[in-house]
Amino acid sequence: MIRLEKRPSPSRFWQASTPVLAVVLTMIAGGLMFAALGKNPFEAIRTIFWDPLFNPQFASYSRPQLLVKAGPLILIAIGLSLGFRAGIWNIGAEGQYIMGALFGAGVGLAFYPADLWFIFPLMVVAGAFGGWIWAMIPAILRTKFNTNEILVSLLMVYIAQNILSSMSLGLLRNPEGGGFPGSRNLSQYPAASNPELIAGTGLHWGVIAAFMAVIAAYILLQRHILGFHIKLAGQAPRAARYAGVNPTGLILLCMGISGALAGLAGLFEVAGPAGQISIDFNVGYGFTAIIVAFLGRLNPIGILLAGLLMALTYIGGELAQFMLGLPAAAIQAFQGMLLFFLLAVDLLSNYRIRLGSTKEAI
Amino acid sequence: MNRRTLLATAALGLGLAFGGSASAQGLDKVKACFVYVGPIGDLGWTYQHHQGALELVETYGDKVEIAFQENVPEGADAERVLTQMALSGCNIIFTTSFGYMDPTNNVAAKFPDIKFEHATGYKREHPNVSTYNARFYEGRAIQGHIAGKMTKTNKIGYIGSFPIPEVVMGINSYYLHAKKVNPDVELSVVWAFTWFDPAKEADSAKALIDQGVDVIASHTDSTAPLAEAAKTNGAVIGFGQASDMADYKPSPRVSSIIDNWAPYYVKRVGELLDGTYEQVDSWAGIPEGEVEIGEITDAVPAEIKAEAEAMRDAIAAGTYHPFTGPINKQDGSVWLAEGAVAPDGDLLGMNFYIEGISGEIPK
Repeated sequence: MIRLEKRPSPSRFWQASTPVLAVVLTMIAGGLMFAALGKNPFEAIRTIFWDPLFNPQFASYSRPQLLVKAGPLILIAIGLSLGFRAGIWNIGAEGQYIMGALFGAGVGLAFYPADLWFIFPLMVVAGAFGGWIWAMIPAILRTKFNTNEILVSLLMVYIAQNILSSMSLGLLRNPEGGGFPGSRNLSQYPAASNPELIAGTGLHWGVIAAFMAVIAAYILLQRHILGFHIKLAGQAPRAARYAGVNPTGLILLCMGISGALAGLAGLFEVAGPAGQISIDFNVGYGFTAIIVAFLGRLNPIGILLAGLLMALTYIGGELAQFMLGLPAAAIQAFQGMLLFFLLAVDLLSNYRIRLGSTKEAI
Repeated sequence: MNRRTLLATAALGLGLAFGGSASAQGLDKVKACFVYVGPIGDLGWTYQHHQGALELVETYGDKVEIAFQENVPEGADAERVLTQMALSGCNIIFTTSFGYMDPTNNVAAKFPDIKFEHATGYKREHPNVSTYNARFYEGRAIQGHIAGKMTKTNKIGYIGSFPIPEVVMGINSYYLHAKKVNPDVELSVVWAFTWFDPAKEADSAKALIDQGVDVIASHTDSTAPLAEAAKTNGAVIGFGQASDMADYKPSPRVSSIIDNWAPYYVKRVGELLDGTYEQVDSWAGIPEGEVEIGEITDAVPAEIKAEAEAMRDAIAAGTYHPFTGPINKQDGSVWLAEGAVAPDGDLLGMNFYIEGISGEIPK
């Protein structure tokens, strides 16, 4: 009989090696699926993991694209991870991302066609503010009326989506767009655009902000009393109270930071890669970032790697679709397998597998 | 009669782009790539584009290779997919949804030797970008006629995808022709804000049925609205959209608009092979066979069927234009005077309802 035995403390060996093991298991299971679909499994896996990074035909383009795709995921996930560590569940990053984009783009478009140096910095501030204010709604409802922030923040996403449709059809609609929904393209308005900073690197201000957030979060959690409070509030809420942690302040702070970072991600995306406000501007970064945060074990460095890994499966998955004719659903199943195995083998770092039975079976 | 507008500036650009390049004498082999907004199994919009793509292989055999990608979101992701396709050696890339407009033009700027064809858009910022669309409003006129005659509750419905001119045009044409044969008819429009989302489309159909609507036309890509109508035991009818959706024959699906992209795809790739390819803005309809009317089933009385078919034939012969005046705008102001025919420019930028439709286009 197989049983699990809890380790006294998490195994450092398994903590380091489970991600690798998960990737290997995904390759095996995914390879079987691709073979069942009549494709060469080795070629498929090489296309997903290797070609975006090293294929001479694509790599020079897709390597930088990894950063473009991972940037918003990392930025949002870092913000979320602080709250998650403190037991504050902001599920509505997608809505905060939308509102950040709307506030930021709104400020930029209000100045059109002026060419002033402060427009873009002002948009960045407006983007962070938009996300922050949207996160403050569930935060204040929680602290004043003790509502559940999971539900409220999630439902605020749908409100944000409706505001987004309304804005792209009304207030922010491109007056020269021939009646079609969607704002002016910010990438064609230099004072408000977030371009690639060094050609061929994919590096834009959002990616830089993501790296800065990783470093800041790392320092906060390792070296700052606030980081200690956040961890303490999550692990032992009562002890945190005795240690003088103000729960109301912590909720406002964690929701605020995660909202502002999600808002920034939205602003950098709308001014950069996406270019314009449109009805379907949001593509789920706010929700995927929750997966990235947990995949990275709520650790800033882990989130950085998890964000890049997610981006790799997206971009490699796209390549596999049109190079090998794999159906989109197979790629999604493959991504699902990766998440499944990562979470499943995580068990090994906290538990030991024992064969044979003893009295102490769990 | 394929209406083409070849912009003078674009022609100049073409001359430059073609100077000394291989396209002038044609290609030996063409790799044609397709970007789809939904899955090829949606049995609607994307399915029909894919049928057109498969027709290329059928027609040209090993002179053509096709590659495609499904479920590509409209926005930043589309730009990456397009760039990767361009890098993979596609000679011509068809982007088959409105939201790919800016990404198509952005990527086309970086790959001047690759041809880009954008469906349903209006931006041709570079000499290598062409646009193509079909005159779906011609088919909507026939559906409107059937709807006006068939409704018992005098309430007809329309599931809108996004409030863009192409959809508004369809709503106006549908209502206009229903009203012509049934002055008491009322139209309800539900906006789904999606091209493909069977659950949302089903909800929209349910909302219409709850309001007493008994004829539903949809502008979204799946068969979900017909599946909803099928649950009413014949009380509610609808139409196949983009594809024939013959599984729902003879009722609730009483007819359909079929997008037949194959002739256009075959022609454009053929031109690339023989070196006669030029930038175009193509807008073909029933006369060219790009819009087809699927069989009108026996659920429709023979007399109504004959009238609908007569209208189809008149449009095909070029003797009838669905938007022929007098037509007023919703606010009562005159749009088309007696006998006037809508100019294409008005249709392509249509952002108003015609007189008699209640409700507003979402803003």
